[in-house]
Formats: sequence, C-alpha cells, structure tokens
Amino acid sequence: MPDELSCPMPQSLDAECVTLAYGEGGRLSRRLVQERLLPRFGNPELSALGDAAVLTTSGRVAFTTDSYTVTPLFFPGGDIGRLAVYGTVNDLAVSGATPRWLSLSLMIEEGLTWTSLDRVLDSIQVAAKEADVLIVTGDTKVVPRGAVDQLFITTAGIGEFKSAVPDGPAALQPGDVILVSGPIGQHGAAILCAREDLGFEPPPLSDCANLAPAFHHMQCQNLTPRAARDATRGGVAAVLHEWSTVCGLGIDLEEQQLPVGNEVSAVCELLGLDPLFLACEGTFVAACPEDRVNEMLTNLHKFPVTQNACVIGRVVPARPVAVCVRRAAGRMMPLDEPAGSPLPRIC
Amino acid sequence: MCLGIPGRVLRWLDRSELMAEAEIDFDGVRKRCPMACVPDADVGDYVLIHAGIAISKLDRSPEDFYRIETQP
Amino acid sequence: MDVCGGQTHNLLRHGIENALSDCIELIHGPGCPVCVTPAAVIDRAIELALTHKVTLATFGDMLRVPGQSGSLLQTRARGGAVRTIYCPTQAVQLAQRHPDQQVVLLAIGFETTAPSTALAVLQAEDQRLTNFSVLAHHVRVEPAMRVLAADPGRRLQGFLAAGHVCTVTGYHELESLAQDFKLPVTVTGFEPLDLADGLLGCVQQLEQGRAVVENCYPRSVRREGNSAALRLLERVFAPDDLAWRGFGVIPQGGFVLRQKYEMYDAERRFDAVKHSGSPESRADHHCAAVLSGRMKPCACPLFGQACTPDFPQGAPMVSSEGACAAYFRYTGGPALR
Repeated sequence: MPDELSCPMPQSLDAECVTLAYGEGGRLSRRLVQERLLPRFGNPELSALGDAAVLTTSGRVAFTTDSYTVTPLFFPGGDIGRLAVYGTVNDLAVSGATPRWLSLSLMIEEGLTWTSLDRVLDSIQVAAKEADVLIVTGDTKVVPRGAVDQLFITTAGIGEFKSAVPDGPAALQPGDVILVSGPIGQHGAAILCAREDLGFEPPPLSDCANLAPAFHHMQCQNLTPRAARDATRGGVAAVLHEWSTVCGLGIDLEEQQLPVGNEVSAVCELLGLDPLFLACEGTFVAACPEDRVNEMLTNLHKFPVTQNACVIGRVVPARPVAVCVRRAAGRMMPLDEPAGSPLPRIC
Repeated sequence: MCLGIPGRVLRWLDRSELMAEAEIDFDGVRKRCPMACVPDADVGDYVLIHAGIAISKLDRSPEDFYRIETQP
Repeated sequence: MDVCGGQTHNLLRHGIENALSDCIELIHGPGCPVCVTPAAVIDRAIELALTHKVTLATFGDMLRVPGQSGSLLQTRARGGAVRTIYCPTQAVQLAQRHPDQQVVLLAIGFETTAPSTALAVLQAEDQRLTNFSVLAHHVRVEPAMRVLAADPGRRLQGFLAAGHVCTVTGYHELESLAQDFKLPVTVTGFEPLDLADGLLGCVQQLEQGRAVVENCYPRSVRREGNSAALRLLERVFAPDDLAWRGFGVIPQGGFVLRQKYEMYDAERRFDAVKHSGSPESRADHHCAAVLSGRMKPCACPLFGQACTPDFPQGAPMVSSEGACAAYFRYTGGPALR
C-alpha cells in the first residue's frame, strides 16, 4: 500500500488539447477569448465584445470573405493563420481597396493541441500587424472530432477605396499586356510536398505574403492596372480563363517568360504537373495597356514581394480557343482550363 | 513509357540490394531516390527517374543534349 | 504509330503532328497503361477500398478513370481510403507506418514501372510485412505491338517504339517484330528532337526499303536494356496472358506474380469477387477503336459531345496521356473542328 495518496482522476485532457467545452459559449469559451484572443488582437472594437463591430468608413467599401481549410496547418513558407489574413487582405488589395478590418471565425476540431492553436494565433497576430488591419469581430466554435480537419478559418475583410480602382477584365483590349507579380505555383507546390512528405531539399516555399503595399504604391503612381486578380486555386490558368470568358478575347502566353522557381520547376517535372495550374498565395496577375508596362514593373520591383514581376503574355482578338501558350518548340498551343486539383502522374 | 526525368547522383546513402538509395540532384533541388535498378551508378552519373525510382543510367549529361536542341 | 502516350502528348504539345500533317499521318497507339487497364481492375480496387476497408495506394493517373461503379476519386468521397502516391515504394512505407491497416498498391504500367512494383514486393518480403499486397495489372508492350502489326486491316507503316519501356527491356525483342512484319521500328524518346529523330529514322527506312530496329534514344536505351531492373522484374513477375481494355486478352500481354509471391496478390488475400469482365459499354467499343489506332479521337461520335475531359466516358479521355484527352487539349476540343 503506497504511503502517499494519489488522485485517481486522470490528468485533465484540457491541459493539452481543445475540448468541446471551450466552444459551448460558457465560462470556458469566455476564457478562450479572454486568454488567447484578446491579448493578441486587442483593440477597442474587439475588446467591447459586442455582437457586432461598429465601424466608421470614409465612403465606398470593398467587402470580401474566404475560408481556409489547408492541410497541413504548418508548411514551408507559412501556415493557415498567415494564409487566412493575407488571403483576404490580398483580395481587397487587388480590388483596389486599402484593407482595414477583418473578422475571424475559427472552427476548431476537438483534440487540436493548444500549442498548435497558439502557434496559429501568433501567426495571425503577426500578419495582421504587418498588414495594418484590425480584427474587430469573430467567432469560435469547437466541433466534434472529424467534423473539420484540425482547424478551419474564415476571414471576412473590409477595405476602403482611396485610389483609382481596376476596371476589371471586361475592360481588357487586344494589345494589353499580361504580367505576374512573381514566380508562379509556389503555394500549390509547397502544400503538395508538405502534405505528401515528398522529401525535396530545399522544399518549395509557399509565396504567402501581403501584396497590399506593392499594389497600393502602383495605384498612388497612377498605374492602376486594367484588371488584377490574386491567383489562388487553379493558379494563373484559372484567372486567365475567367478573364477570357468575361472579355470575350483571347490570351496568349510565352512559356519562356513564365517565372518559375527552381524548386517548383523540379517538383513539377518529377510529378508531371504544370505550374500554371498550381495555386499561388502572394502573387497576382494583372493586365495593363502596353505603354504602362515598364513603369508598372519598375514600381513593382521596388518591393521584395514583387521584385520578380514580369510580362508573361498579351491579350489578343477574339478566337475560338481562350488561352494559348507558346511552348518551347515555338508553337502556340491551347492551354486547358483547370478541372479539379492537379494530380501527380507517372504517365 | 512516359515521364522520365534526368537527375545527377550526388551521393550514395545506402548501397544494400533492396534499400539502395542515393541523393539525386535536379538542377539544384535534391531528393532521395531508390537506386535498386542502377546499383553501379557512380557519383556524378546521370540517371533517369520514373515514378520516383531511378530506372537507368544516362550516357551523357542532359545539358549536352539540350545545348544542341536550342542552337538556331 | 507512336506507341507511347507520352510521345502522343509531346507530339501534339510541340505541334510536331501539325507541322507534318501534310506528309506523315501519326496513328496514336495504346501506350497509355491507364487507358488499357480494364474497368474490372478499377472495380476490384474500389471494392477493396469500400468493402474490405483497405488503404488503396494509387498513382494520380488512375484516380479519375471510370470503372462500372465510378472512379477511385468518387470512392474517396464515399469514404474509401484512397491515397495518392507517386512511387511504389511509398506504399511499402505506408504499410510499415500503419501496421493496423492493410495497404494495397494498385500497380499499373508497362515494363517501365513493373520493376518498381517488383522492388516494392521484395522490400515487403524483406521486412516481413503482413499488411502489404498488390493489385497488379502490368502490361507488356511488344505483344500488343505484334497484335497491331498482325491486324490485316492495319494502316501503320512503322513504329516509334516506347523509349522508356526499351530503357528497361532493351530492344532485342523488337528485332523479330520488325523482321516478321517488315516494319521499321525506331526506339524513340520524348523531347521534340528525339521525336523528330525517331520519325526521320522511320521515313528513311521506308524510303530505303529497310525494316530494322534503330535506336534513336541511345543516351538512355541499350540493346540489352537494364539488367538490374530486369532481374528485379523477373524475380517477382512472370509473363502471362492478360486483358487490355479495348483489346481483349493479349497472349503474353502482361505479367502475373510468381507463385513464390502469390501471398502478395491482393485478389487472393481478400477473395475479391471475380469480376468476369464487365460488359462492354458503347463507349468501350469506340475506345477500343481509338486505342488500336483504327479511329482518330475526333472521329468518335462521343468526342466533345457526351465525352469531354470533364465528363469522360472512357479511359482515353480521362488520362492526360490518353489519345482523346491529348487531342481535346491541343485542338481545343469541338471549338476548333
């Protein structure tokens, strides 16, 4: 018989992992908000913990939302938290608005470790600070095991218009130049390699980054592009197909001019993927009149995130095939519209 | 068959019969690949990678070949 | 005829087919293992995943190929554990890491890929794994080429032999094919220059009235092939008759596991219901004609209408190497007809 008495109750699971109780709206939920969210994001609006944030804007606003369900949560070049902030910030930026406020909705799978959650929250804090946006409202749910894959995040963002706004793809004209703000397919390649543990050294890095300062700078120089899009799922190919459909014109690309990083190139070759179809997260596609391109590039090159911006093609008159690429052997060949996620192939 | 990518043998990691493995360089990006089909490849040799596995030794560097291809 | 799907893909992608269209007609052969894997194999794989609850490890190429009960991608949506791998030995590692799960490798492909499957089986044997098996359907190219060459209605006058298959097997087996059927055979690679070289070789032989095997991919292919790869292959697999989708059974057209390795045969292990060959669908009939080169993809009544990359009716449209998908992509589908 032991001399000491030890408590038969097992060590609380709460200590390591988020449990359902933290999502039920009671004392533990409040604790989560008070201990983990407010200290990181604290601002008068959020701290008021009202049902709604009350904001004063200076005129028309842009409003966008996105959900982030990436696996794994942490990957070379970023994590789901950083993604959730920059993804929404970038959507506002390329629409021509200055990002100001975000909402943050967390859906946490029961059993997620506090360590992981804290890491993600730290990341959100850093990204929001860097992007100069305030998280003014949010929601936290904890759901049963299996209902979500570890953590899903939804952010909605509001931005204010302070400068000229892109007209959109309907305004594209034959002769307009297509450019990208940096190397393509980084995020898609990074996620694929991380998820499948493919063992590339160095691994491809996600390009997850804030595009707002570089874009805003262009606008301030009177260099607002005719159209601009954050190239996310479906990659550059998806954006160009969409633009072609909206404006009814064709788009030609030059394969030799596509900026593709070394790591992404190696991964794509080995797995039989085309970087044009892989997602980006800190890269935008833009279209502008030919006479503005050089100035635009000069401006973009001043910022690290867009220092490799370059021309990749041009808009051409209407024709049956939407998007074409001039391949290495000199022929202009049609480019598919992406259908489903790119699959590694051996054949 | 289809996708076969050339890579250069950087260093051997395991020379046993079934678990033979080497670090292969693809233009600056490195990856470990099974080498059971090319047990006599030397460091510096080029091999052809198919479905993640080295299936053959190449008799010269791909650069030699592509230089010819891009001459006008 | 360009035998290999990768050659088809690049001939179209680089516009070589277009450039030569007024003097050379290219018939695209059945060189896409995804396309020639019978629907019954897909169905068996689906059954293993859904009924026997195995973790099915497969190359990405197979995910969208339709069987009778849908595709492997759809199976994943229905709760089947379907894992995409890009290398057969990954499946062995999966089995090692999850001793509580039965892992089945869906092993398709030509002689290019078969040695890798053999390696996976040998690794599993070496590690005494009891939770690893293969659902194998590896095919052999030369017997299929013979069937095509022997077809009395054949129009092909020469073969671009599959460069990566020959990298493993060598090309001495093709010498009797060239002789028996008086057909020039050039062992051809995949880059634009390789393809042009192979085509030139065939044309020159035809002009000179010769019919021999010429190696136009010497940097990768030797006459005797890769003996280390062949040794691995021959340890685990033996040639046997095998069904090709759209062709029926081709004598010696594939590989079966040798008796010593039968315990790694997923079909035996799981007593999978023997699908005695699904009835041929209307689409299969057309697919067969395309795969054997008797019909060009654009001549199929379903091409671009009922059958598109988004809604494929048969394997040649699903596989990115399939003749129909390649055609659709590089000719813009019905838009450019």
